[in-house]
Amino acid sequence: MADYTPTEMMTIAAARALKASDVCFVGIGMPSAAANLARLTHATDITLIYESGTLATKPSVLPLSIGDGELCETALTTVSVPEMFRYWLMGGRITIGFLGGAQIDRFANLNTTVVGPYAKPKVRLPGGGGAPEIAISCGEIFIIMAQSKRSFVSKLDFITSLGHGEGGDHRARLGVATKGPTKLLTDLAVFEPDPKSREMTVTFIHPGVSRAQIADNTGWDVRYAEKVGETPQPTARELEVLRALHSRTARAHGEAA
Amino acid sequence: MARKYAPPSSNPERLGMSRFLSLAEAVELTVRDGDAVAMEGFTHLIPHAAAHEVIRQRRKRLTLIRMTPDLVYDQLVGMGCAEKMIFSWTGNPGVGSLHRVRDAIENGWPQPLAFEEHSHSAMANAYEAGASGLPCAIFRGYVGVDLPKVNPNIKRVTCPFTGEQLAAIPAIRPDVAIIHAQRADRAGNVMIEGILGVQKEAVLAAKRSIVTVEEIVEDFGPRSPNAVILPAWTVGAIAHVSGGAYPSYAFGYYKRDNAYYKVWDTISRERESFLAWMKTNVIDEGPGVFAMHARKNALAAE
Repeated sequence: MADYTPTEMMTIAAARALKASDVCFVGIGMPSAAANLARLTHATDITLIYESGTLATKPSVLPLSIGDGELCETALTTVSVPEMFRYWLMGGRITIGFLGGAQIDRFANLNTTVVGPYAKPKVRLPGGGGAPEIAISCGEIFIIMAQSKRSFVSKLDFITSLGHGEGGDHRARLGVATKGPTKLLTDLAVFEPDPKSREMTVTFIHPGVSRAQIADNTGWDVRYAEKVGETPQPTARELEVLRALHSRTARAHGEAA
Repeated sequence: MARKYAPPSSNPERLGMSRFLSLAEAVELTVRDGDAVAMEGFTHLIPHAAAHEVIRQRRKRLTLIRMTPDLVYDQLVGMGCAEKMIFSWTGNPGVGSLHRVRDAIENGWPQPLAFEEHSHSAMANAYEAGASGLPCAIFRGYVGVDLPKVNPNIKRVTCPFTGEQLAAIPAIRPDVAIIHAQRADRAGNVMIEGILGVQKEAVLAAKRSIVTVEEIVEDFGPRSPNAVILPAWTVGAIAHVSGGAYPSYAFGYYKRDNAYYKVWDTISRERESFLAWMKTNVIDEGPGVFAMHARKNALAAE
């Protein structure tokens, strides 16, 4: 019945989590799609920052890389990369860091480094990039990732960026004052940290998704909040804006939409 | 065993080097086997033409430093120019893995590749420390993560004033920095516009440098008083290579050729197709070919 894909639902749920007053540090790929959807719908005045140094950028198409010309041409100003990481990120001027990853655990620690042992990896992933410091310097972190047993794992092969560590007050014990992951948006559900244990707990389930489906695609026993809501369906406008963004992007990058 | 800092002004290699050369001469005089070489450019202004010249001149045992090793380092590693790579994110942006880098790390082909891995924040800070003549970079980072367990160059220091624990890594002080910029003037000053990355820091941190430029102009003309300019006396060799950043882009000149990045995934997947492509497009070619690529791409983008 639904005429939208699980990925569209995920992107739209993630976009809704952003506010016009946010200053958002955006990663390439799904975070970028969600952040720009927010900017093109309910959060027109949101400030988007990419680690290539572009401040308050308003791309009309999604960048293929973190430093596409489009980001610079539509930015308020562009600063050097050391300035970006020192004054803007480490300086505590970012409210939301928006991350994705290859693997995540129940405390929303992320791995984008290796699958298998570090010295002899089964799969060598790109590495951390900006994520290790984004994860501790932004006010809070949103994560967007499609669920599967391979990516939602009980134990990470490598901790690239800190979520809630081992849970509880682990971040505070490590001297980290920021909130860490407060939302995990997937193609099946929305997870938020349990107030005490900090384990990522399902608070909303997307329309038509069952708990069995969530269990089948998660490598740990998923916990549910006492009150679990249903994510509102994508609106016609959200879908229209998202699809237009993707087709503009495909045209700009020289591929069929 | 503390290494003493030698200011650039006391470095005889540095003085009097700012001069216009052909790219072949610039590489021949500047890059030596075994050097630590930083080729920078954050998606933008990546010095592809210069990297190809390094490959043509068969430099060996290089330590390649770059925040985001992408196609240039895939090509240098696959052609056997490198024995080590220092990086913070490695991949073909928006496309996937670097097949040649992975083949070297996972299978030792064409030779083993040692690597030292950091985060972007760490490397950006380390370049800045290098440009500042400091021995190390200090920043808030690497908390609760595994990289410090596998990289002995990541240490912790205590702030003497607040007691806060901070991360420290060695400054990056390359033998050679190689960058691409939009313009040099006749006096040898270099101007960079658009996404700046860490190019200014890399040149100031390095002992020697090569800058390839789109254009050499009499004078930069009207500009913001805050334009990003590397003065002639901070720059080594300057080579005029229009299109020299292709298939990355040069703000104001030509756009990124995203299709090339996608095709690279296929070309680089197998050793044979990679070597054949490198022979046709790099070994048997010269820097002149870049102007044509960039022109075609600028026209296509209009």
